[in-house]
Amino acid sequence: MAVIEVSGLTKRYGDRTVVNGVSFTVAEGEIFGILGENGAGKTTTVECIAGLRSPDGGAISVLGLDARRDHERLRGLVGVQLQESQLQDRLRVGEALQLYASFYPDPADWRELLASVGLTEQVNTPYAKLSGGQKQRLSIALALIGNPRVAILDELTTGLDPRARREIWKLIRAIRDRGVTVLLVTHFMDEAERLCDRLAVLVDGGLAALDTPAGLIAGVGDVDGYRANLEDAFLALTAPSHDS
Amino acid sequence: MSALSRLTGTEARLFLREPVGAFFALAFPAVLVVVLGNAIPAFSEPSADFDGERPINLYLPVVLALAIGTVTMTSLLGVLAQYRERGVLRRLATTPVKPSALIGAQLGVNVAALLVGSALMMIAAAVAFGSRGPESWPALLVAFVLGAAAMTGVALLIAAVAPNARASAGIGTLVYFPMLFFAGVWTPGPMMPDAAQRIADFTPLGAASQAMQAAWSGDWPQPLHLAVTAGYALVTCALASRLFRWQ
Ligand SMILES: Nc1ncnc2c1ncn2[C@@H]1O[C@H](COP(=O)(O)OP(=O)(O)OP(=O)(O)O)[C@@H](O)[C@H]1O
Ligand SMILES: [Mg+2]
Repeated sequence: MAVIEVSGLTKRYGDRTVVNGVSFTVAEGEIFGILGENGAGKTTTVECIAGLRSPDGGAISVLGLDARRDHERLRGLVGVQLQESQLQDRLRVGEALQLYASFYPDPADWRELLASVGLTEQVNTPYAKLSGGQKQRLSIALALIGNPRVAILDELTTGLDPRARREIWKLIRAIRDRGVTVLLVTHFMDEAERLCDRLAVLVDGGLAALDTPAGLIAGVGDVDGYRANLEDAFLALTAPSHDS
Repeated sequence: MSALSRLTGTEARLFLREPVGAFFALAFPAVLVVVLGNAIPAFSEPSADFDGERPINLYLPVVLALAIGTVTMTSLLGVLAQYRERGVLRRLATTPVKPSALIGAQLGVNVAALLVGSALMMIAAAVAFGSRGPESWPALLVAFVLGAAAMTGVALLIAAVAPNARASAGIGTLVYFPMLFFAGVWTPGPMMPDAAQRIADFTPLGAASQAMQAAWSGDWPQPLHLAVTAGYALVTCALASRLFRWQ
């Protein structure tokens, strides 16, 4: 069953079209990744799906509801990690989690979640005193505190150290195993390859490819005599065109 | 605990953790009155210039106006602008609690701080100088509520139109000091020049201050001053709710 259905999504700022007729579906329990260069339209796409921006064209349904019209009902069902957003400087980690837990009818156990993002020791640390990676971990925890059915995570592990990234992958797989559908944006090819079931590659706001990681790699032949990896496939897909 | 009460409780704790802001909202009015009263002994002596009234009794309603101006133009305005700029409001828009709930929580916290700061000021003045309260409590309450509503509306409107937190703080300061002048902080009551008085009649804090001064001496505030504060409250709140951007 498709949990997210995007068809013909178009978004313009002024006379610039930053997302252009993008269509894809994400199945229940799938981990779906969006790749693309800076400015390709990834954040715009996922924030339209999260109901935070209104598209100029196309239709988006999430859990059978309209992303924008039914935003009210979807807020309780979809957990979102924004690429750019901060918390109050003096808000402590534990307070933030308990506060956000109180917003949802059936929240996750905040202490367990705190442990699974590795912030147990920081429970009394004010937000302003967290390191960049710790802020990111808190942001992931807040996206998951409401036991969402769909998690939308923009730049999931940016700023995390290698061990923390593996821990977060484990956490994402665990929530997927409980049936949560995950839509994530990443710039890390190993993360895309190991974590995601399918990938969409955006180029200049358009959908350039949509396949499994293995499928994307198979699409390019050997590079410099080596078997191509996902990064080669990504670079080939996003290479500036020479036909003009 | 409900989301709204937890949100308000959390914002109250954050408010108290900001020592400078908390001082200015809660303690500054009391400190100002006590310092002025001690520095200027004539402040608490009956004065022939004021029909035998003690000047401090004329100054307390002005300090109430100052308290309103300080809480709205610095504390409330600063927080709102910062919460938008930093994406706190936007973050909330992804949850079942709307960002407007956070603004509501902040309004509640600031109103509570204003009430506590005003009460402390009146108690300090009574204890230190034996000053008296208003002759008419109902009139004072009406004038105070209308004045606070007007200045809250001005804060919301500035937060709504300012492009970023810096601009908002700048506009806040540009409004704050003239407002204090028109409220009579430097030239209380009859000491304000006539021309300034005419302008003050039409500023939200100037009108509120005069309405509270009238209440203090037992008169019902002039309809003009009630109309001006009510008008500011209605117009600024309506404009702010239309113009406010959540991100
Ligand atoms: N609010 C906005 N107003 C105007 N232009 C915008 C706005 N948001 C995004 N854009 C433009 O839309 C394009 C896509 O932006 P978007 O944030 O979706 O990119 P992205 O793929 O998430 O990039 P990154 O990898 O850097 O996060 C960019 O060129 C950006 O300048
Ligand atoms: Mg982005």
